[in-house]
Amino acid sequence: MMKLAVQKRLNSPTGEMLLDVNLEFERGQVIGLSGRSGAGKTSLLRIIAGLFAPDQALIQFDDQVWVDSNRRIHLRPQQRKIGFVFQDYALFPNMTVRQNLEFALKQGQDSKFVDELIDISELGQLQDQYPTTLSGGQQQRVALARSLVQRPQLLLLDEPLSAVDQEMRKKLRQHIIALHRQFDLTTILISHDQDELKQMADQVVVLDAGKVKQIGSPESIFPNNTPTQQFQGTIAQIEQVSDGAWVELVVGTQRLKVWVSTKQAAGLEPGQKLSLQANDSGWLVK
Amino acid sequence: MIDWSPLLLTFRLALITTVLLFVVSLPLAYWLAYSKARFKAVVEALVSMPLVLPPTVLGFYLLLAFSPNNAFGQWLEANLGLRLVFSFEGLVFASMIYSLPFMVHPIQSGLANLSPSLKEAAYILGKSRWTTLRRVLLPNIKPSLLTGIVLAFAHTIGEFGVVLMIGGNIPGLTKVAAIAVYDEVESLNYAAANQYSLVLFVISFIILLLVYLFNGGHLKRFWL
Repeated sequence: MMKLAVQKRLNSPTGEMLLDVNLEFERGQVIGLSGRSGAGKTSLLRIIAGLFAPDQALIQFDDQVWVDSNRRIHLRPQQRKIGFVFQDYALFPNMTVRQNLEFALKQGQDSKFVDELIDISELGQLQDQYPTTLSGGQQQRVALARSLVQRPQLLLLDEPLSAVDQEMRKKLRQHIIALHRQFDLTTILISHDQDELKQMADQVVVLDAGKVKQIGSPESIFPNNTPTQQFQGTIAQIEQVSDGAWVELVVGTQRLKVWVSTKQAAGLEPGQKLSLQANDSGWLVK
Repeated sequence: MIDWSPLLLTFRLALITTVLLFVVSLPLAYWLAYSKARFKAVVEALVSMPLVLPPTVLGFYLLLAFSPNNAFGQWLEANLGLRLVFSFEGLVFASMIYSLPFMVHPIQSGLANLSPSLKEAAYILGKSRWTTLRRVLLPNIKPSLLTGIVLAFAHTIGEFGVVLMIGGNIPGLTKVAAIAVYDEVESLNYAAANQYSLVLFVISFIILLLVYLFNGGHLKRFWL
């Protein structure tokens, strides 16, 4: 079980924004983090990794507390059991593929695991090459393998497939999912790609301006490619919050939580049928 | 035949200055590259001062500070047995200050130009700051390190004003080649002046040429 309650004031291009996220999910899942650029996805990922200090936070993974502002606990990135794949891969240019992986070994850790990872990731042919000589997809595989050397519990991926071509993307998705299962990971993945999220994620969290706008299965968040993304549902429950309301809908066999503004929420009540249409900024109640 | 001791002294001074300066500049450049402290601008300005200040001004204040007639000079002499005016040790110290920006700026800029994710990746892999610096950051800014080391060395060879103010012109002790040239010209001994000058000219050229060849234009960024 991972608990995540984070608050952080961010300076976005459109002015100051409050990243305010409260999430909980079971371990072993792949969580997709989606939303427009500037919504706070990368900041959230960096806060989880310990690379960015939150104003106020409680981050807990199983029974380990990584951050608790109230108790003044703030583990350094070195102390959290995480793997992180950066958007630019962050491979060390002065080391070969094998050396990049070996550098990641903990003191006294058996280096056989590096061989195993090189094997799994099909990097045998490339192990003595330097990162600059590799293609995007190859670099991606090295970065993934390196992030797993220390046997992390949580794998954080910042738009891992944005820089590789379509063909390679499909292969790497399967590769990531296979690693996720094999090493019993919990994975948080930032992605803009609906297909990618549908194929990889168990749950999708959509952020908008620092707040969680939707949570649900990828199918419910991205309903089957109807061009206008319009659908009908029955309101199961309405939860009022400070600046709007969470409306839980039953859509076919799926349940979907949708955030609507206070104005739109006025007059809605459970049991009512509702037609929703997606637009750029969210869901329009019709 | 010219007296070679000023030239040997020059290179001894440049070598010692460069080694000590590297040790001092590395933490300073690291701090300047990554710190978000408000007073960083003040430190940056101070480090850059030798670039614009007439060397005589620098030499003058060092002379005042280290003079045995003043409190600080007395303290140095009483506690550390160091006399920094008209001595080789004093020259080393003055040279370090004089060449500080030439060592700090390339290293600082090299570190700042590295993708921040390299450092972060190493931290996430459980590596300490020291290990990260030694095995990830420094190996990836080798051209900047070379530039800093060579510029500091070459700049120390070229110093004149500071040496004149704080070192004077004591043969074998503080009479470096640049001073020797001045000295020979003063006594109208142009042939000797020319020999010193030629040696300095050729060696400086070779050093800079090597840097340009190694770094392939990398040096340009640090000459304003």
